[in-house]
Amino acid sequence: MKPEDQETSALATLDPGPDKVIGPGHDYGTVTDEIGGVVLRPFLKTPPQLFIGFACAFLLVNLFMVAVTWLFIRGVGIWGIVIPVAWGFAIVNFVWWIGIGHAGTLISAILLLLKQDWRTSINRFSEAMTLFAVACAGMFPILHLGRPWLAYWLLPYPNTMWLWPQPRSPLIWDVFAVSTYATVSLIFWFTGLIPDFATMRDKAGNQIARKIFGVLAMGWRNSARHWARYQKAYLLLAGLSTPLVVSVHSVVSFDFAVAILPGWHTTIFPPYFVAGAIYSGFAMVLTLAIPVRRWYHLEDLITMRHIECMAKVMLGTGLIVAYGYGMEAFMAWYSGDQYERYAFVNRMWAGGYWWTYWILILCNIAIPQLLWSRRVRLNVLAVFLIALVVNVGMWLERFVIVVTSLTRDFVPSSWGMYYPTVWDWSTYLGTIGVFLALMFLFIRGLPAISIFEMREVVHDTQTEHANGD
Amino acid sequence: MRMKHDTHLYWRSLDELAASDEFRALVEDEFPDRTPDWNDPGSRRKFLRLMGASIALAGASACTKQPKEVIVPYVRQPEELVPGKPLYYATAMSVAGLATGVLVESHLGRPTKIEGNPDHPASLGATDSTMQASVLTLYDPDRSQTVTRNGYINGWGTFITALTAARDAAGAKKGAGLRILTGTVTSPTLAAQIQDFLADFPEAKWHQYEPCGRHSARAGAIAAFAQPLNALYRFDRADVIVSLDADVLCSTMPGSLRYARDYSARRRASAENSNVTPPRLYVVEASPSITGGMADHRFRRTPGGVAEFAANLLRADAGAASAEIGAVLKDLQAHRGSGIVIAGEYQPPRVHAIAHALNQTLGNTGNTVIYTDPVEANPLDEIASLSELVKDIRDGAVETLLILGGNPVYDAPSDLDFLDALKRVKLRAHLGLYSNETAEWCHWHIPEAHYLESWADARAYDGTVSIVQPLITPLYGGKTAYEVLNVLSNRGDQSAHDSVQAYWRGQHPGKDFDDFWQITLHNGVMAGTAFPEKTPPRAQIPNSIAAGNASTSSLEIVFRPDPSVGDGSLSNNAWLQEMPKPQNKMTWDNAVWISPKSAERHGVTTGDVVELALSGRKIEGPVWIMPGQADESLTVHFGYGRTRAGKVADGVGFDVYALRTTGSLWQDVGASITRKRGGYAFANTQHTQTMEERDPFRASTYAGFHQNPEFARPEEQRVPSDLTLFPQWTYNQHKWGMSIDLNACVGCQSCTIACQSENNIPVVGKEEVAKGRHMNWLRVDRYFKGSMEDPELYFQPVPCMHCENAPCELVCPVAATVHSAEGLNEMVYNRCVGTRYCSNNCPYKVRRFNFFLYADWDTQSLFGVRNPDVSVRSRGVMEKCSYCVQRINSAKIDAEKQDRPVKDGDIVTACQQACPTQAIVFGDLNDPNSRVAKLKRQQRDYGLLEELNTRPRTTYLARLLNPNPDLEKG
Repeated sequence: MKPEDQETSALATLDPGPDKVIGPGHDYGTVTDEIGGVVLRPFLKTPPQLFIGFACAFLLVNLFMVAVTWLFIRGVGIWGIVIPVAWGFAIVNFVWWIGIGHAGTLISAILLLLKQDWRTSINRFSEAMTLFAVACAGMFPILHLGRPWLAYWLLPYPNTMWLWPQPRSPLIWDVFAVSTYATVSLIFWFTGLIPDFATMRDKAGNQIARKIFGVLAMGWRNSARHWARYQKAYLLLAGLSTPLVVSVHSVVSFDFAVAILPGWHTTIFPPYFVAGAIYSGFAMVLTLAIPVRRWYHLEDLITMRHIECMAKVMLGTGLIVAYGYGMEAFMAWYSGDQYERYAFVNRMWAGGYWWTYWILILCNIAIPQLLWSRRVRLNVLAVFLIALVVNVGMWLERFVIVVTSLTRDFVPSSWGMYYPTVWDWSTYLGTIGVFLALMFLFIRGLPAISIFEMREVVHDTQTEHANGD
Repeated sequence: MRMKHDTHLYWRSLDELAASDEFRALVEDEFPDRTPDWNDPGSRRKFLRLMGASIALAGASACTKQPKEVIVPYVRQPEELVPGKPLYYATAMSVAGLATGVLVESHLGRPTKIEGNPDHPASLGATDSTMQASVLTLYDPDRSQTVTRNGYINGWGTFITALTAARDAAGAKKGAGLRILTGTVTSPTLAAQIQDFLADFPEAKWHQYEPCGRHSARAGAIAAFAQPLNALYRFDRADVIVSLDADVLCSTMPGSLRYARDYSARRRASAENSNVTPPRLYVVEASPSITGGMADHRFRRTPGGVAEFAANLLRADAGAASAEIGAVLKDLQAHRGSGIVIAGEYQPPRVHAIAHALNQTLGNTGNTVIYTDPVEANPLDEIASLSELVKDIRDGAVETLLILGGNPVYDAPSDLDFLDALKRVKLRAHLGLYSNETAEWCHWHIPEAHYLESWADARAYDGTVSIVQPLITPLYGGKTAYEVLNVLSNRGDQSAHDSVQAYWRGQHPGKDFDDFWQITLHNGVMAGTAFPEKTPPRAQIPNSIAAGNASTSSLEIVFRPDPSVGDGSLSNNAWLQEMPKPQNKMTWDNAVWISPKSAERHGVTTGDVVELALSGRKIEGPVWIMPGQADESLTVHFGYGRTRAGKVADGVGFDVYALRTTGSLWQDVGASITRKRGGYAFANTQHTQTMEERDPFRASTYAGFHQNPEFARPEEQRVPSDLTLFPQWTYNQHKWGMSIDLNACVGCQSCTIACQSENNIPVVGKEEVAKGRHMNWLRVDRYFKGSMEDPELYFQPVPCMHCENAPCELVCPVAATVHSAEGLNEMVYNRCVGTRYCSNNCPYKVRRFNFFLYADWDTQSLFGVRNPDVSVRSRGVMEKCSYCVQRINSAKIDAEKQDRPVKDGDIVTACQQACPTQAIVFGDLNDPNSRVAKLKRQQRDYGLLEELNTRPRTTYLARLLNPNPDLEKG
């Protein structure tokens, strides 16, 4: 079946505004066609932006391959890490990517349980984002090892040395937290895709595509029994994912909170990291959703209501993060501890990286306050720019925590600076490339918006109309 | 094939057979430079050996490299040689002619580690960094490896022919035209050989030149006493010491290891017992030195100011001079007979004469200042000697020049233009460890045997003779000056061993010579050879130069040997290049030191490259702002800017010899600096200069300590031991710990290099150091306190603290760093995956990471220097101080074999062993009578960052100063 482009673009002009989660005039068929059409469209009818975007991302993927090859050949010395700053971009990027992943889980699981209707058209998308972000994040702890070929030593496997990982180390907790998170996210995402795979299987004209979707659909026949079991499983998975939203980044924050380093050794880290993670996650969803929505003319499916809701979540979590910054500084002063106090003096003006702290405050606290204004929230371009700024700010936050704290710790004689090298940047940009490339492939190859859930929305809207009228 | 020693019809090993020079020459002639692996030093030697062996006896090969003569191990007999158990041999290392006794650890005939010889008066068991590093030079792949003629490989036999011909030609003219140039010679044998030769060839001449020798001290003694008396100082008896720019506690001063030991013993005794008066040290100097750092009062003076200070002291009218001089003089006078006034090696002769006169007036001579005959075999004015040589060459009076050691093309005073003169000599031959700048311009170059490969003898600062015995046959067929002299004297077949032995047989005739020889070799010192005390005549002060050069209007310049690489002969030693200089923690560079105020005045800052001009000569070098440097003075160091030193030192730093002239050996006035450009990058291991309102280094005065004995460890900083719910681990057997006495530590960094040598610590190079990736397990922190213009210097060695609550252990995910049952914080290299989390969580930042593959896995010759008891670490692995766990285990095994407990003192860590002042003490804290346990019970004991509840096992004893109450400021 060929999608009717003209109809789609005609519908696209009909943005329903900030109150609706779906444009008018949609029925089951149009929703299915519109979403499925993105995937089933002939290759050459792919929007040119996608080709250009993918090409750029793919270039970065190649940069990543070069950077990692050189890393494996030479060792982590190609990065700017030194003693005392033994953790640099790798860990900053790890925490940043893990944080970005959080929005997906939050949207899919918690908002599902809370029955937020506006999550529907963005959940699939953000779940994919979660997976890809976790994939990017997961590479860093391995890449940053001095001997990456021994990374499996962090896993508890029976071995002739009769050695197990050292369970007191937060890095071991990380291994479990991140791998659990990745596994559950994958299952959740895949489960959500099954009915849509079946739809795609049924609609695909191409034999090969039909075969592939058929295998992935795992025999889904749309029977009522299927649906009953499916709904139960999906809810259970949502329940399983919910604690992960809190646990993963809490555990990641333990990497720092458990250490005795001033600037790391802070009890507020777990909640403040979780808030920060959701903050950055929503920023990333917005950063990705806004262009895709435009390129594929999905304004009637990802409506202004979605964007405004996400902007509100960003504003809210941003305020929690701001509170975290405040309390961190207050406690450093209130503790009376010389080293804690100095960590903040160093962070704010004495150290070599004082400017990163103020840019961070600007990006994460000052600029997002604009979202208090409804006009700003309803301005797609403004929201997009603010989301970008927050992405930068959250990356800087990790930089300030990881790097700036390490530059000046206890004994002044061993203080030193960290200067990222071209390989630090290449690896970082490289993972952005990997992430974007995966996102582009996902958008092109799989239904980026959940078809069956949108049908539910259509159903609900129609019921509402019927009841209301 | 003729054997080298006709008497030996049997050869002991194939190696010996193969290593005969004619044979080697044969091989060399047959395969010149064409062999594909010829340029790889390691494989070439292997190739030669295999070639030799296969010709001698196909299929067999040789591997022992023990020298062929009988050498005597220090403790055990050679027949006890057990694989895996090292043997120790006593020998001696000479720097500028003066010997210091060492014990060398040898693993199956391979010397790996230098220790001090406790029986030697100049060492007492201690070493300096130079001695520690000398074992690396032995294995340096850049050492010259063959005799060369005009730069092409040649043989020793051909050289003998050439030299014999030249000698015979000169012999016709009673030796006229033949000249020998050596460094300062204290070796009785070598001196006797040269004198014998000169007796036969009376017109030949022997010149001596040592670039950083004791020129001023000799001239000063001659000026004062009309004879070159040697002064020794008894710091164990001194109550008041006035150092006129004398760096008595470190490096260049002969006997400095001994002096540092004596001085610190006094300081320690008075810290432990309030009835013992502590000595007081005044230092007058231009740029901060190790001794200046230890001073109770440091007076910052330009070189001219130092001379003026000395002159004012002598004038003795305390009232007329400044308050400072008055107070110092009063102190000296109050301690008649127990004071020392000591002039620096690099002070002009007049200052030396003044110091001698002051010591006489104050009754110190004979008590704390002892005079003896000179230790030099032929003391002479070396500058005049070298000038005479150059003049004679220019006059065409020199046909053959033998340069035995040294590098005058690089280090002769620039006004002599030695190179230009050298080129006029018809036949010039050079004996040296390296094919250096001088070798480049000589027709012949003979590789010199390293002292660990040589038979020799030398005198220590007090005249004590040591026989230098080799630990290994010359790796590259090196020769010694003795052998070259033997060729000259037509005894070309006599070895250095035979010459040295023959000389001493002559000195010690009698049937017991063999015993005497054995005992001397075994002990490393020849009993009863220290010079007896002499009573000097009344000291005269030369009045020719009034009070130094009067021109103080322009910048004064000070020349000094470099704190790490010395005069340049050690430049190619990577351990020394990477040893942070004590004062500014700089590696791999020299710099123009300038005071903060002068830097502002002249508009320069650290990293600016300036043109430094002095009487028409110009060099360029980067500026370093040095707190504590005298205003309007510049200090520059020799030893850099080498062009033919080897892979390590070529092109590193700038050459200061180019500014030095015969008239201004150590200092001059009228220098000028012009800023050329900025942005020169140094590689320092410490960037923060001060303690930033923290107290890692704790110091007080003796008086303050007696008033408040708890100052180092105030009540509020102590952490109760019951902070945790868990029971404390009980250490049933041993509980290792270390104490470092900051009152004794002078900051010389001997421990750093000892640790590097013992623990196979790699060198990383300037760029890596600049990033902050140096690998030293034991660093010495240097803090400035007070004003940046005239600060106090504090030195603090920081090894791993072996915390009982080690933060690093908690965070390692793979259990690569764990606690031993004896309280060691152990690092399991094989288990480490390199997360570096342990380093982040280490509050002391003593952990070092192999960011790259730093250990050299390719240069075969460097494999020899490695300690077989310590793993060579690979890339991606964390490492750190292990308290020399290999030594602990070795001592424990020995004790167990003998069925006895480990005694206090059985285990000596490498840093402890090297320390000149015995500041580092290691031992068992479970033994209440161990030295370390006693030290930790002292009230000065404190732990670094104890408030973090890490419970460090390494603790410090706070430093105590002894200021003069008359000089107390404010």
